[in-house]
Amino acid sequence: MFQKSISKLAAGLRDGEFSSEELTQGFLDRIGRYDSQLNSVITLTDSAALEAARAADTRLKNGDATVLTGIPFLHKDIFCTDGVRTSCGSRMLDNFAAPYDATVTAKLKEAGAVMLGKTNMDEFAMGSSNETSFYGPVKNPWDQQRVPGGSSGGSAAAVAARLAPLATGTDTGGSIRQPAALCGITGIKPTYGRVSRYGMIAFASSLDQAGPLATSAQDAAYMLEAMAGFDPRDSTSIDQPVDQYAQTLDDDLSGLTIGLPKEYFGAGLDAQVGAAVEAAVEAYKKLGAQVRDISLPNTSLAVPAYYVVAPAECSSNLSRMDGVRFGYRCEDPKDLEDLYVRSRGEGFGDEVKRRILVGTYALSAGYYDAYYLKAQQVRRLIRDDFVQAFKEVDIIMGPTAPGTAFKLGERCDDPVTMYLSDIYTIAVNLAGLPGMSIPAGMADGLPVGLQLIGNYFEEGRLLNAAHRYQQVSDWHTRMPAGFE
Amino acid sequence: MSLDSEAVSKIAHLARLGVDKSEYETYARNLSDILTFIEQLNSVDTQGVEPMAHPLDASQRLRVDEVSETIQREKFQRIAPRTEAGLYLVPKVID
Repeated sequence: MFQKSISKLAAGLRDGEFSSEELTQGFLDRIGRYDSQLNSVITLTDSAALEAARAADTRLKNGDATVLTGIPFLHKDIFCTDGVRTSCGSRMLDNFAAPYDATVTAKLKEAGAVMLGKTNMDEFAMGSSNETSFYGPVKNPWDQQRVPGGSSGGSAAAVAARLAPLATGTDTGGSIRQPAALCGITGIKPTYGRVSRYGMIAFASSLDQAGPLATSAQDAAYMLEAMAGFDPRDSTSIDQPVDQYAQTLDDDLSGLTIGLPKEYFGAGLDAQVGAAVEAAVEAYKKLGAQVRDISLPNTSLAVPAYYVVAPAECSSNLSRMDGVRFGYRCEDPKDLEDLYVRSRGEGFGDEVKRRILVGTYALSAGYYDAYYLKAQQVRRLIRDDFVQAFKEVDIIMGPTAPGTAFKLGERCDDPVTMYLSDIYTIAVNLAGLPGMSIPAGMADGLPVGLQLIGNYFEEGRLLNAAHRYQQVSDWHTRMPAGFE
Repeated sequence: MSLDSEAVSKIAHLARLGVDKSEYETYARNLSDILTFIEQLNSVDTQGVEPMAHPLDASQRLRVDEVSETIQREKFQRIAPRTEAGLYLVPKVID
């Protein structure tokens, strides 16, 4: 059951082969059996899940079901869920039961999807390894000595181990795509503005986007359709109809032009990862695609630009965590200043503090032009590179990450090396484009991800290209050992 | 760009962020590494380039000025560290 696709599960539910309650209990049992090894779930909402499953069963009987009705999923702990702890991986929000639902939460609820619980993540989504979580690191199910990637590491590890068929994620600099790559699953970050950010705890508001993690492009298509759409409550949401992604999955790829940026295949790329990506590109040629070499000349500036923009926005966003209205408050504050300083000092972990400090510095008097303004100018140059490239090609492909999953603890003391884990994903957020990662090989027993980057609002084309590849490859069906 | 412990202390104060004195040096080293890394941005000439605030250059949408939310004070204050009579409590600010 746990290896079935969403369309098979939906058919089984519709035909009465099994109930949502049985399906939900089955995945809850898997979480109970395996998650002590992975630490992918922060809060299990088992009784609410079973209740939602029974409600879904009623909907299914009444013929009022969507494809997601009765399908269990895990929810990244960054999305507000009414009455349920929404910790964002931080001590600061360990006691925070959100008083309302995020739009994504509400939309999935409305579709009838069944939330099993909330997944572990890097603290406030700041990290590339899931090691900055207050709740401890998540382990990669392929090798438990290694990280699952981050920041949506709990969601990625759980889906890879088939503890849930679907999970939500968010991606500010690669936080859906990089863990999807490192855990051997499929993840898509949509165009900026495609999915509402309302109730999704903000890290860097001009970069954050939510998307699904799944075992296949087809499953991701169903979930993205349910998550996406205009939301008046998010002032950066784009008022444009959502494509029916599942309808175009089988479209023919002949005539598709793929661009390979030479900057994504240079120094720093693991040879086995590079070879796997090249093999995947060969498979696309057999599917009828044409391949062209392109250049994105400002690629090397993406990570430095990001580490100005993201910390600056985070230092501003996280100023709301002050120990006054919600969240952690220190013991016996002697005055208001002490309350702010100690609540924040005790509530935040190291990486969050580092980024708040960098952001505060970059935005402080006299430095704004040199840092934030400069970074926003470079950001436009990076975007213009993509705009230019998309005049010649339909999809850009390359590796998702420069290597496979690294060892726990290996990069903790060296922030800059850790930041470079996202070297191929960050530019996509700066430009606001949709990007996706799909499994495209193995290197020494660890999954390799292929990244697909599309033009604005071309999520459908990415999912189509990913699905066609998954029809002729079986990487996405492979499961880590020990979770059968 | 290199920051020392004194600079870390100043920035931490601006952010109202408690940083232990024993950690100043580590933060100073980490922040200096990050700022040095960021300096690569200076290798490109950006004169005349319009800073990019929104990927799609969208402008702020305005809404009609009408009531859209209802007061949920009790619900919101249930999760507050300390409240009294509908107010959030903090240590005394004025003697």
